[in-house]
Amino acid sequence: MRKLPLMGDEAIAQAAIDAGISAIYAYPGTPSTEITEYVQKSKQAKEQKIVAHWSANEKTAVETAIGVSYAGKRTMACMKHVGLNVAADPFMNSAITGANGGMIIVSADDPSMHSSQNEQDSRFYGKFAMIPVLEPHDQQEAYDMVHYGFDISEKYGTPVLMRITTRLAHSRAGVTLQEPKQPNELKMPGDLRQFVLLPALARNRYSLLLGKQEYFKKESAESGFNKLIDAHDKSLGVIVSGIAYNYLMENFQDKNFPHPILRITQYPISEKMIQDFVNSVDEVMVIEEGSPIIEEQLRGFMGFGKNVKGRLDGTLPRQGELNPNILAEAFGFDYEHTNKTYDFLATRPPQLCPGCPHIDSYTALNEAMQEYSKGRVMSDIGCYTLGALPPFNSINSCVDMGASITMAKGAADAGLVPAVSVIGDSTFIHSGITGLIDCIAHNSPVTILIVDNEVVAMTGGQKSLSMGRLESIILGCGLNPLHLQIIDPRKKYHKENVEIFKKELAYMGTSVIIARRECIVALDAIKKYKTENEIIEETK
Amino acid sequence: MENASKKFKKDIIISGVGGQGIVSIASVIGFATLEAKLFFKQSEVHGMSQRGGDVQSHFRISNKPIYSDLIPMGAADIIISVEPLEALRYVNYLQKDGWVIANKNPFNNISNYPDLEKVWNAIEELPNSLIIDADEEARKLGSSKSANMILLGVASHLLGIEYQMLENAIRTLFGRKGEKIVDINIQCLNRGKELFVK
Repeated sequence: MRKLPLMGDEAIAQAAIDAGISAIYAYPGTPSTEITEYVQKSKQAKEQKIVAHWSANEKTAVETAIGVSYAGKRTMACMKHVGLNVAADPFMNSAITGANGGMIIVSADDPSMHSSQNEQDSRFYGKFAMIPVLEPHDQQEAYDMVHYGFDISEKYGTPVLMRITTRLAHSRAGVTLQEPKQPNELKMPGDLRQFVLLPALARNRYSLLLGKQEYFKKESAESGFNKLIDAHDKSLGVIVSGIAYNYLMENFQDKNFPHPILRITQYPISEKMIQDFVNSVDEVMVIEEGSPIIEEQLRGFMGFGKNVKGRLDGTLPRQGELNPNILAEAFGFDYEHTNKTYDFLATRPPQLCPGCPHIDSYTALNEAMQEYSKGRVMSDIGCYTLGALPPFNSINSCVDMGASITMAKGAADAGLVPAVSVIGDSTFIHSGITGLIDCIAHNSPVTILIVDNEVVAMTGGQKSLSMGRLESIILGCGLNPLHLQIIDPRKKYHKENVEIFKKELAYMGTSVIIARRECIVALDAIKKYKTENEIIEETK
Repeated sequence: MENASKKFKKDIIISGVGGQGIVSIASVIGFATLEAKLFFKQSEVHGMSQRGGDVQSHFRISNKPIYSDLIPMGAADIIISVEPLEALRYVNYLQKDGWVIANKNPFNNISNYPDLEKVWNAIEELPNSLIIDADEEARKLGSSKSANMILLGVASHLLGIEYQMLENAIRTLFGRKGEKIVDINIQCLNRGKELFVK
């Protein structure tokens, strides 16, 4: 059997290919991006004619995947944790429709917020939707669980959520592959109204979903992924989920762990499994990467008469990513290390690359904004968010994808006129268009600067779906063409650009300024995408 | 290499600034580890850190299965740093006898970059350290971009992997880019190997 060095993301992608998917959809987001990229670059995926598309956002990605599942084929939709918020509507309802072809939604969480706005735990969504959740603890298990996930998805007619975290997503290890499976044939759902969630039909589907819960628990008790590792010292029992298992065991490599362990990587967990385990020990420690979900369920409001240690009693920190040292401390181990500090050890925050077009956009915007009081620039998620830091100090918000436009409208409605939005081309496609329609519908006095570098830069240069179409999309939303400006953000045009900003800031209605110049580090990728687009244009 | 029944492990931190070839160092060690049929885990830092921020990769090698993707504090055997200041950021990960192999040349993209003499002195004060002018050594061989391979060559004495396997790994990794690139990288690795002094 083949063994490859794969990152967690790549292991999931390779498994999806080997499990016979027909299509994968995603919006780029760290740490999930490499799943779809891997499929896009895979020769095997090309031979199997797997569709691997970037979607406009996570919602359209999940919806498209539901369509593939409807047609009886296997499919995957991938996103970062906050992307699942965007996709929450189709995600929640896909639990009710159920799946036809196997469907896995992968959500990559980012505890410690290495490159995110929060550290929400996607397992909550799985519980919320009442579908099976898989939380692999290493690359091999991630690979194996994708195969298993597709099998149970089809066996029970349910979507399955796979939850990984940054560390697994971006860490590489040897992974042994299984024999590739043939993709499913096109096959309609047995009931052609399965996906029609009219209230009367939805009630039936919901009651089916409730009925599946016992089977899901039985699966998790019997699949072998959740397992009891018994030991002699029952003064403590440890329930450990996902990747946290690795950090625990790292401390016990050269000695046996003295306490019984219940290792959890599949949900919903069988109550009996938990009860039997808890009854066998005096005290319980719960170790989870992310939120204390199992721990809260164990504690409940009333407790159950046994002491529970974990993130909620301070045994482990309440926030942030775990690591081997945190676990060592929780067990009172000494680990030898130096405590050197250097007062001159300057931090090196991320910054805009030398030659980045955003530098010129912000320089011009700052100058035009000098006429007004500070704090008027709402911004968004992308490289340009670094405009919040010195030397620019240009922007005053970054909340969620697309929020710059709608927040600027709200601020303007509240009386902060002019209000400005700064948003990237891909973020605009993701969730900015609807906000623009809100502004145009009321001719709100908002100036929207779209910093168009023709690529999804932050995540490593994926294709931006706005390429070559941005003006027509904006005008199609109904913007007055007199207030659509296109500038070239370069030093030599600085003066003209400032004047254009000033003019549109003074206009008491909605205006859009596109600052277009290619991302300096993605020139080759952009060239390739332009060629691709020309080929697509020819088919129209 | 040590007897297979005995535990063998090397925990390596590779550090620097985004774009300095940290991932290439990790990939070369990765292919060599595969050839040596050892277990490995290698964790990378992506995302915002690519934009001129600090970057680190944890590379763990063992003849036994490895649990944690992250190296615990106090466990690292080697820090290979393509940038001197970045070497100091991770010294508390080093074990007592651990080594630091650091490039002499700063990547100065911050306004408060400290006095270089201070940085070099702090590295030299560590029990086992070498500061190498990897940029200059690579330039002499025709490619300043390959400073990372000079440093890997220096560290090759400490990895517990046969040197030849690192050369093979360079062939695998850079093969697609042509014979010339492969040769320069192997020459740099060779030159680095000569520069190691205990």
